[in-house]
Amino acid sequence: MKGNEALAEAAIRAQCRCFFGYPITPQTELAAYMAKRMPKAGGVFLQAESEIAAVNMVLGAASTGKRAMTSSSSPGISLKSEGISYLAACDVPALIVNVQRGGPGLGGIQPSQADYWQATKALGHGDFHVLVFAPASVQEMVDMVSKAFDTAEKYRIPAVLLADGLLGQMMEPVTIPEPSESKCDNSNWAADGHKFKREHHIINSLYLQPDDLEKLVLERFRRYEIVMENETDAELYLTEDCDVLLCAYGASARVAKTAVNSARKLGIKAGLFRPKTLWPFPVKELNKAAETARVLLDVEMSMGQMIDDVKLAINCSKPVYFNGRTGGAVPVPADVLEEIKRLVATGGEL
Amino acid sequence: MTTEILLAGFGGQGVLFAGKVLAYCALIDGKELSWLPSYGPEMRGGTANCSVCVSDEPIGSPVVTYPDILVAMNQPSYDKFINAVKPSGSVFIDSSLIESKCGRSDISCYYLPSTTLASENALQGGSNMILLGKIIKETKLFTLETVKKAIEKVVPPTKETLIKNNFKAIEIGMSI
Amino acid sequence: MAVVFERPKSLLDVPTHYCPGCTHGIVHRLICEVIDEMNIEGDTIGVVPVGCSVMAYDYFGCDVIEAPHGRAPAVATGVKRANPEKFVFTYQGDGDLAAIGTCETVHSAARGENLVIIFINNTTYGMTGGQMAPTSLPGQITQTTPYGRDVKTAGYPIKMCEMLSTLEGVALAQRVSVDSVPHIREAKKAIRKAFENEKEQRGLSIIEVLSTCPTNWGLTPLESIKRLQDEMIPYYPLGVYKDISGEGAK
Repeated sequence: MKGNEALAEAAIRAQCRCFFGYPITPQTELAAYMAKRMPKAGGVFLQAESEIAAVNMVLGAASTGKRAMTSSSSPGISLKSEGISYLAACDVPALIVNVQRGGPGLGGIQPSQADYWQATKALGHGDFHVLVFAPASVQEMVDMVSKAFDTAEKYRIPAVLLADGLLGQMMEPVTIPEPSESKCDNSNWAADGHKFKREHHIINSLYLQPDDLEKLVLERFRRYEIVMENETDAELYLTEDCDVLLCAYGASARVAKTAVNSARKLGIKAGLFRPKTLWPFPVKELNKAAETARVLLDVEMSMGQMIDDVKLAINCSKPVYFNGRTGGAVPVPADVLEEIKRLVATGGEL
Repeated sequence: MTTEILLAGFGGQGVLFAGKVLAYCALIDGKELSWLPSYGPEMRGGTANCSVCVSDEPIGSPVVTYPDILVAMNQPSYDKFINAVKPSGSVFIDSSLIESKCGRSDISCYYLPSTTLASENALQGGSNMILLGKIIKETKLFTLETVKKAIEKVVPPTKETLIKNNFKAIEIGMSI
Repeated sequence: MAVVFERPKSLLDVPTHYCPGCTHGIVHRLICEVIDEMNIEGDTIGVVPVGCSVMAYDYFGCDVIEAPHGRAPAVATGVKRANPEKFVFTYQGDGDLAAIGTCETVHSAARGENLVIIFINNTTYGMTGGQMAPTSLPGQITQTTPYGRDVKTAGYPIKMCEMLSTLEGVALAQRVSVDSVPHIREAKKAIRKAFENEKEQRGLSIIEVLSTCPTNWGLTPLESIKRLQDEMIPYYPLGVYKDISGEGAK
């Protein structure tokens, strides 16, 4: 199963019964799989007239308390950002999958990680965050789907699964979990018809009085604090004694891991910090991983976006270098290894 | 131990299919594996290639840049990847479509007129499996039994003739 | 003493923010009368737009979801597909439905979504202060057409009912008005029919309601009604443009 298909199946098993999408490479298999499976699972698949309509259909379905999702790739996510801002502002949990491709503009269709800033800092207008999960394998594409739905519902924050074309297109062995039940009860806010048994529910983001709006945003940010405290996740690989710490997520982390293994064979103490959540960023985990490191090397399929968070997390206490490719090119382990060797040789000096 | 395989040719030659068979072989043998297609706007007829990694350890990067095994099914693919093959690696070449002879002495090259062989045996489109048969003969990466099981997994059971034809093609490749 | 007139139960007992002479209140009331008569308030979900009626969620007693500007038909599609047994209606103005949300409107109609769309056409953007709407009449003076709408540069008004009536998925496309008692009664009948269509899963029903905006038109409420009658109705003829039940289509 391709990563895209495995993710789709996992979503159905996580009781997602509403999928709204629009065709775009390289996430198309996900929608095609949903089109085939959803009707059989008693769910809704609808190919919307636009990315904008798709995310708003998600807003509608999710506002009634149902698990709903959409998926797209970079240019499509830009179009969805309006709807995502509303989801966040209405405190409606939903899942948005971004199988990233090269940008900006129409860019290319090859794997990329150039939407890190968009996903973690500005996925729409206004003061808000979304949960951002970063899988690095087909298995994690699967595992993170139910995790994303659960966490989104727990805190009433939309979740983004930030994958890329490589993970979406590749196949590797995967165990798909048995169908699970949502543990969350949405009945205290969902607008699904009051049946004369409760007050009417309003899903809304308009507050014309600045004080009212501020109060709500502050409440939301208090929830964000709890999320930052409790929901970070990262893999620390060979970091206990590391001299050079690589920082990478998603597909880049696979490349970095290969480079770390090669470096270890050469006697270089390399390690890898791989965030599995990009927002909240695993600050504590990174500081732990970086304890023994003299120098950090950030590897991304972009011009360097996560590197900002890496520097912030360690308060710029150590030099952080960058090695990456952009435009849809995937970094090569050998190139990363060369950079590791250079850093070791120069002691992290330029 | 990790074996990195790169299969490359025109779309429609069965490059992705052959890669899938190799991936399923690894799965059947309980190995770690990854399968990654190149993808592009061309659905048919463009260049297609596919990276397959087989290992005893978890796979890091699934992108094969320097293959241990290269399967070249057309001239552009041969030209593009021949110098990327790791020293002591092997190259399997469809000599019906590729005229070049490799000058490298640090790798093993196997020339098979696989497209011609496929036509002669009424196995149109079976060139990929003939090359795959040759691979398992020369590299012992998988047994014939594993490959047959893998083909049965990849080809839908409704297409029984296709399964038989693929078996036949593998055997032709192994006999050369 | 016998009660002969009262507020519909599904219309909440709160003051509205609408300007004096605005016809939103009449249309709200008609919708709620129909909801009460069909006894569906508990199973109805309203989707409200961006525009003057953005705060309609405070007035309708049923559950209400606010949609981004123009996206109400998409939001309503999501609600309805996820909850096919519920009644779902959108309430949209002309800028929302016929400009920024044209795509969502047309495609929800093409898909024949089982929805009711109540379309308030008052030929202007009310909430932002009276700019040109897609339905502003040729020559109409607005904040953004200070010399009158020149169709050579600003284009022609869109007649939504006529346009949507060509789509297979539409069950009912009807233009009504709330300028007079007979027209208000006609409007209510149309809204009732739309909800009945939804109940019978006939497809999308759009009821276009010609309305007034005294504040932005710079007219008194009475002058506004007169403008509606003298200028709008001739340009936007009332009537049934499509009705698959076969009753009274033009």
